Amino acid sequence: MNDSTPTNQAPKIQIRGLKKAFGDKVILDGVDLDIGQGESVLVIGGSGSGKSVLLKCILGLLHPDSGSILVDGQEVVGLYGSALEEVRAKFGMLFQNAALFDSLPVWENVAFGLIQGKGMNREEAKAVALEKLASVGLNEDVAELSPAELSGGMRKRVGLARAIASNPEIIFFDEPTTGLDPIMGDVIDRLIVSCVKELGASTLSITHDMASARRISDRIAMLYKGKIIWSGPTKSIDSSGNPYVEQFINGNSEGPIQMQVRSL
Amino acid sequence: MPILQPVGRTFIAFLGAAGRLTLFAFMAIAHCFRPPIYPRLIGRQMMAVGYYSLPVVGLTAIFTGMVLALQSYTGFARFSAESAIPNVVIVSITRELGPVLAGLMVAGRVGAAMAAEIGTMRVTEQIDALYTLSTNPFKYLVAPRLIAGVVTLPILVLIADIIGVFGGYLVSIYKLGFNPATYIANTIDFVQVQDVVSGLVKAAVFGFLVTLMGCYHGYHSRGGAQGVGTATTNAVVSASILILCFNYFITELFFAQ
Repeated sequence: MNDSTPTNQAPKIQIRGLKKAFGDKVILDGVDLDIGQGESVLVIGGSGSGKSVLLKCILGLLHPDSGSILVDGQEVVGLYGSALEEVRAKFGMLFQNAALFDSLPVWENVAFGLIQGKGMNREEAKAVALEKLASVGLNEDVAELSPAELSGGMRKRVGLARAIASNPEIIFFDEPTTGLDPIMGDVIDRLIVSCVKELGASTLSITHDMASARRISDRIAMLYKGKIIWSGPTKSIDSSGNPYVEQFINGNSEGPIQMQVRSL
Repeated sequence: MPILQPVGRTFIAFLGAAGRLTLFAFMAIAHCFRPPIYPRLIGRQMMAVGYYSLPVVGLTAIFTGMVLALQSYTGFARFSAESAIPNVVIVSITRELGPVLAGLMVAGRVGAAMAAEIGTMRVTEQIDALYTLSTNPFKYLVAPRLIAGVVTLPILVLIADIIGVFGGYLVSIYKLGFNPATYIANTIDFVQVQDVVSGLVKAAVFGFLVTLMGCYHGYHSRGGAQGVGTATTNAVVSASILILCFNYFITELFFAQ
């Protein structure tokens, strides 16, 4: 159990003993994780270690086999229907490939949660969308384009604008810099940090890009074999003393983590 | 017994799939009647199902009507029963061929497109994104398509009926030398309300089946481009088979004594 969250406040999200298996394959095997108010937590771990499954369990997109997830003290596991939708309204998410709706123009993508979810009228929602697009450095010309016409970096920025459009209390970032060049990666990271600060939101991110991890997080947790094996402040990641973490951040193929590569 | 094992496994898998589909259908129907309703999306889907399918369905109907008249003529000539052609054409088209052929064409055109679109949205996480934006995909994606299918296909079939009968008329008048006035009089005398109504009921059911299969297979597609391809194929094949099965049972419901 980690005790690095501020003790004077209840955590925004508290996860205890979360388990999820697909058939015989155990993905999450008792995850414990706290995310404090306004804290930016980042989960690292190899491909297929269950980082995305963890996010989807919290959002209620996947149903965990056992364990508990408290959001603002409210149990999310087992919720359904309108109660679940109410909890989801607190969340914003930036998907790995932005997951923009390609049938809608950019501004409608950003305004989607406001129009469909909150029932705001289109004119008003468009104004908010343009404002959010401006805050991620995109001008009005982009607003009328279709997502298919955008480059990877622009898609990520539109995805970010959509994630923050309804001023969520909690934002999830699923590999925010994957597939971008290092400079664009830095641009996105800076936008994430400034947007999060402006909203005062708590965030949970997953990535395996260590440069990005250091820029956008207060605290890092490492997921390995379905458990959080290490968690600590981002500043102390280089002196973790944990051989798994050291191997991961240094990108060594030699070490306690054995990649399953089958020889032919 | 090792021989029984695969049989049992297939049977259990079949029951599982049938159960999942039934649950999906119930949830989809429930969401059709609960707000929010999206009129704009229903309108867009009605255009896709109805208006843009008109050329395909119209061509199918006219040639079917034409070949029906021609075949009946060569067959009936043996019994000197050529005068029954208008009756055969109107009954076959309104009861059977109109709804079934329109249903199959729409399954190929619209069911496939729906499965591909929703399947792509699934594999690119757009469906997950809908959930995170407080929008239920059943309401936003599935319900408008089902409503459009059930409402639009009967209209499409009504038009197909008219075009099909017109095809039979063309061949009978210009190739087989029938008298136009007699032909039309025979057609109108013979057709019964029940013939047309049963065809339209079939159309509504087929519209439901086609859109349901498109949405179901798209929604459950897995694993990238190949998964979307499989979903599309499954949507068309299962919709076509269900159309033919339900066609029999609805016919029995209406016409069996």
